[in-house]
Parts: sequence; structure tokens; C-alpha cells
Amino acid sequence: MTTIHDSPKTRPPRITAEQLRLLENLTNACAVSGDENEVRKIVLQEIKPFADEVYIDHLGNVLVKRLGKGEDRLRVMLAAHMDEVGFMLTFNEDKGDGIFRFDIVGGVSTSHLAGQPLWIGREHVPGVIGAKPVHLTTGDEQGTPLSIESLRIDVGPGNSGKVKIGDRAAFATRFSRVGPSLRAKALDDRLGVATLIELVKHAPQNIDLLAAFTVQEEVGLRGAKVAAYSLDPQIAIALDSTPANDLPAWDGSENERYNTRLGSGPAIYLADSATLSDPRLVRHLVETAEAQGIPYQFRQPGGGGTDAGAMHKQRQGIPSISVSVPGRYLHTPVSIARLSDWKNTLALLHSALIRLTPAILQVERDAP
Amino acid sequence: MTDLLPFLKNLISASGLSGHETPVRQLIEAAWRPLVDEVTVSRVGSLHALKRGISAEPRPSLLLAAHMDAIGLIVTGINGEFLRVTEIGGLDARVLPGQIVTVHGREDLPGLIVQPSAHLLPPDNRSGPVALHNLLVDTGLTSRELDPLVRVGDLASFAQPPFEMAGDVLVGHSLDNRASVAAVTHCLDELQGRKLLWDVWAVATSQEEKSFAGASTSAYQLRPTLAVAIDVTFASSPGSPGHKTFDMGKGPTLGYGPNVHPGVYKAVKNLADRLEIPYAVEVMPRHSGTDAYALQVAAEGIPTMLVSIPLRYMHTAVEMISMKDITRAGRLLAEFAASLDLEFIDNLTWED
Repeated sequence: MTTIHDSPKTRPPRITAEQLRLLENLTNACAVSGDENEVRKIVLQEIKPFADEVYIDHLGNVLVKRLGKGEDRLRVMLAAHMDEVGFMLTFNEDKGDGIFRFDIVGGVSTSHLAGQPLWIGREHVPGVIGAKPVHLTTGDEQGTPLSIESLRIDVGPGNSGKVKIGDRAAFATRFSRVGPSLRAKALDDRLGVATLIELVKHAPQNIDLLAAFTVQEEVGLRGAKVAAYSLDPQIAIALDSTPANDLPAWDGSENERYNTRLGSGPAIYLADSATLSDPRLVRHLVETAEAQGIPYQFRQPGGGGTDAGAMHKQRQGIPSISVSVPGRYLHTPVSIARLSDWKNTLALLHSALIRLTPAILQVERDAP
Repeated sequence: MTDLLPFLKNLISASGLSGHETPVRQLIEAAWRPLVDEVTVSRVGSLHALKRGISAEPRPSLLLAAHMDAIGLIVTGINGEFLRVTEIGGLDARVLPGQIVTVHGREDLPGLIVQPSAHLLPPDNRSGPVALHNLLVDTGLTSRELDPLVRVGDLASFAQPPFEMAGDVLVGHSLDNRASVAAVTHCLDELQGRKLLWDVWAVATSQEEKSFAGASTSAYQLRPTLAVAIDVTFASSPGSPGHKTFDMGKGPTLGYGPNVHPGVYKAVKNLADRLEIPYAVEVMPRHSGTDAYALQVAAEGIPTMLVSIPLRYMHTAVEMISMKDITRAGRLLAEFAASLDLEFIDNLTWED
């Protein structure tokens, strides 16, 4: 395999205070599936000066082309979803009191909702999901999970008229750094969005980089499906964040179902419930990591899905894979990731893109 | 005049779990000192602030008790990168997953209460809500970084920052019962420059959420003629039974039941009517669940009253309260203190 050397224009991207500020802005912004406006604005502002072509498609995806130089350039699509899980107000229960019924958007566990503050609508009107006081709660009730049916969003009597049915609500969590870790809402998938922004800014010239900042991943990979059709790539890579279930077991036994582990580097996908990764891309990523001395881990094959699930079966089929930054407590109000994993993910992807040539597609998909 | 909103936001941002009230007590002391004649701290950590009356000694005295302690967590074990915790005060474990806390270790550490996946939990807790003893706290640190900083017995406070809503509404943890501390502060403000016949003891009590140790010992030590506990009560909110709750923003409640002296109740109620301060009557057939329970039976017994401020979502990190109700409660207390004459206690009889 030929190695195309990095030109001065494509110096490797680094994560410094500037990139952390961008991640902070991205995670503090709200973009519940179907209303990705706030994140889209940040993305456009960041990538416009670097793109050969940028447009917003009919679903709201931001599609970006950054063309390389020379012959034999692979068209490589990189997708990161802009949307996050959250809520939608569905019924105004007590018009004077600011109390609303709501439903969830995406896979939110109802065990993390009571006692949480929210931002509602485009103006981030503050609200809360309360809970019945423990003093008025029986032991039986405390043994029963809280259901969406029993929970309400409360914006207070004074703001009753400032929100309405159909408004989205997101967790009101502000980004922070704690020791070696990053703590924020929506690290799934603002880590991917931030990574993709850096890759657009530092695109290697051996490929045509086709970046898709997608919508509606959390409600069925819908943005990626049409984005992959429009961009018509030869290879597609989803950049996402995947659960690190690396907590200790109650009895001290080894946790054998951790999915990924924090601090062990980017998670390379082999199989999830939506996609069987293209083995050539698995090999390419592993060889890149080993050649560059970048730590990596395999995501334990299992459930879950990324934009790759929609991309790999678009048109006549697109060899696809996913790479994720591991994150604990995704789809809850606060998630935790390691800065080192993000840095290593960006380094792995950039190095892997530089090493990509059309030769990769000239071997059989499942050649030994 | 104390600007109550920023003061209360500071109060709930300070730690002060039951039995460990010093950080919040220092803020209260700083606010109260200029408003009173004398400030001391009791053996169990309650703050005693005396505003002297002008009648001849021995002067009757009114004790206003608002507990300053907050509910929270205490570390029971350390497992690699994670902490195990149990409660201080009453908590429904269902409101904990996803809550941010401050772990008061050798230094203050940001923590997050987390729920392990089902396969990591004991078989009897794999469905339904996860019990508190199976939840963990993640500080984001590696075990090597965490180990020297945290020990068993360290405390953890809720860390959700307070925020305002339109219409003078404040949201935050520990408004139970720092809101009542703010009400007593407003009362002291209202009493500035006024000549009272009675002494007034403003007391920020400790350990209410655990054992009422502050209220019972302060009442014994200060031996007031009358006592009023100020606390929060249940505001009407989703899921809470209507017959046990009171509208937020429609004034404080006046407690009525065995913990309350009916004569004092009547005097406060008549005063509220006369001043046109809105209120609701809160009947409490048994234990009021407040300092009033302890005050009433201190020493040889003290005629006791209870004023409460309606609050939504009690003992969660998003308690919600109307600032208006806090100032109403404060004004009612001030007017009650000012209304007390030297005959009041003699007129307080059990014969109707």
C-alpha cells in the first residue's frame, strides 16, 4: 500500500483549548432530532472557509465537499450526526401552571428524568421534570419505575405562555472538564461532529473528503440515508460515540460485557445490530493504529447502530465502518468521555485517511 | 434590606449537610450579624441570633426556627474509579441517576450519580428502580487520581446550580429549607428600627433532616416563651395528591394540629387576616415533620406555631418555590413579633 505523505497544508489536527471550546459550544447547544438548527449554525460557521462546496439538503443535513489533488482520489464520506436525544412537549395539562405532558425523542431511559432541569424550545426556556416528594410516596411506589405517563415538564406559572406543544426540550447540562475527562450532555455525537469539523479543516489531499453532518440519527438514521445517496461515496465512515459500560460488577466479578472502556482509545466497530463493518476498513484502521502507535479497541460486537447502518446499503452498496469515541452514560443528562480517547480518535482517523488509496477496494471484501 | 434572591441562591449553593452545616452557617451569620444584637453558635451547630426587646427583664422571647441543614449523600465505599454512597436525610433513589454532586473529599470534586447496567447489578435489582446502595458516583478521575482524595465518610452535596423562572420563581436543591432561612432574614430586615417588647431569637437550626437535634437543643438552651418553626410544605404538583398540597405563589401555610398551640395559631391567623397576607391552613393530624415537633416538647413545653412555604418537588435537585411566598412569610413573622405585648402569654389559655 502506498503512503502519501502529508503536505504542509494537511498538518495533522490537534486538540487544544480551541477545539475544547468548540466542543463546549457544541454540547451546550440543543439539537433534538428534527430540530438541529443550533448545531447546524455552529457547523456552518466552522467549516465554510475550508469547504469547496457546502449545502443544506432537504432534511437539514449539512453536506460538505473538500476535494483533494491528483489522480485516483477515493471519494470518502465521513458522517457525524448533529442530533441528540431529548423530548417534545405533547399536551398542555394545566394551562395556568406551566405543566406539560411530553414524549421522548430517541432512546432516553426514563430512569434518569426525575429531578432534571431542561431547556425548552429555541429560547432555552428553563423547565424541570419534577417528582412527587418522597414524603408522600409509599414504599411500593418507590419500587416502581417512573413512567413517562407519570412525569411532567414544568416551566413554572410565569413562563406558561412562552412554550408550546411541539417544542423540543433538551437536558440543561453545561459542559465541564473534570480531571482527564469531559462531562457534558450530547457527547453522543458532538464528539463526532467536533472530530469531523477538524477533519474538514485538515483534510488530506489524497482523497475527496465528503463530510455529512447528519440529522435524525437518533430516530432512525434518516439523515445519513439521503446524505449517502447525494454524496455517492466509494467508502463511508460513521464517526460516533458509543457506550462505555465499563463499570464494576456488584460482586467484584469481571465485567465481561463492557462494550468499550474509557481510556482504551477509539472504538473500531466489527458488527452492531445495523451494520457488518467492511473487513478491509477494519484491517486498514487496525494497521494504521499499529503503524502509528495509536491505542485502539474493538467495540464488543453486539447491539446498537450508527449512521453506517443507513450508509452501507445506499445505492449499489458502500463499504462502511464506524469509529466511536467511548462515552459513559450516553443518552442520559450527563455523559463522561476521556480527552485522550478523543485525541486518539482524531489522530487515528486522520492517519487512516492519509493512508487510503483506491487499492483498498481492489481486494475482495472478505479476502483472508 | 437583604436582596433575598441572590442571598438565597448563595445559600443553596453552599454545602451544609445535616451535622455539617458550617459553610452555610457562615453565610447566614454574615447576613444576620448586622441585623441583631448578639450571635452565638450552639453545641450542635445551630446559629443563635438575638434581637433584644425593650421591655423590662425578665423579658419574654420569641424563637423563630428555620433549619439550615440539607439532605445529601455520604461515601460508604470506594471501588476503583467509583464511589458507593448512602443517604443523609430522606431520598427517593429514583431521583438520583444522572444527578451531579460535589464530593467533599480532600478537595471538592465534581461527581455524577450513575446507574450500572442491569448485568452489573445483583440479580434481585435487575428490574425496576436501582436501589441507592447499587448506584455509584463517577468523578471522572482515574482510580489512581481518586484514591488519595476521597475516604469513606466524605460527604456529597447536590451540585445542580440554581436558576430562576419568570414570575419570581426560583429552582434549586436545598430550598428545603434555606428558603425559610431567607424568610427569617426578611423578617429581621422588616424589624430593623422597630422597637419590640419581646426578645426575638432567630435560629438557624442544624440536623433537622436527621433528628431535630438543633431545634430541640436550641429551644432547651434559649428557653423561649413562644416558638415558631418555619419550613417548607408540599406545593401542588403533578402526582401529588391535591388534598395534601397547597398552591405555590398563593402565600404561606399556617400549620394546625397537635404540634401547634391553638392559641398561637389563632393569633397568627387573625394577624394574617388583618394584614391581608394570603395564606392557607395546613392541617397536620400527627407529626408535622418539622422542627415544631421538637420545639413543642423542649424543657417544660413551649407554645409552638408552624409557618410553611409551599414548594414543588421536595427532596429533589429541582425544588421550586415562589420568592413572593418567602417575603410574605417573612413579613408575617415580623408583624407577629412586633404585635407581641406583655400580656400575650397570660392571655394564651386553654379555656375558649
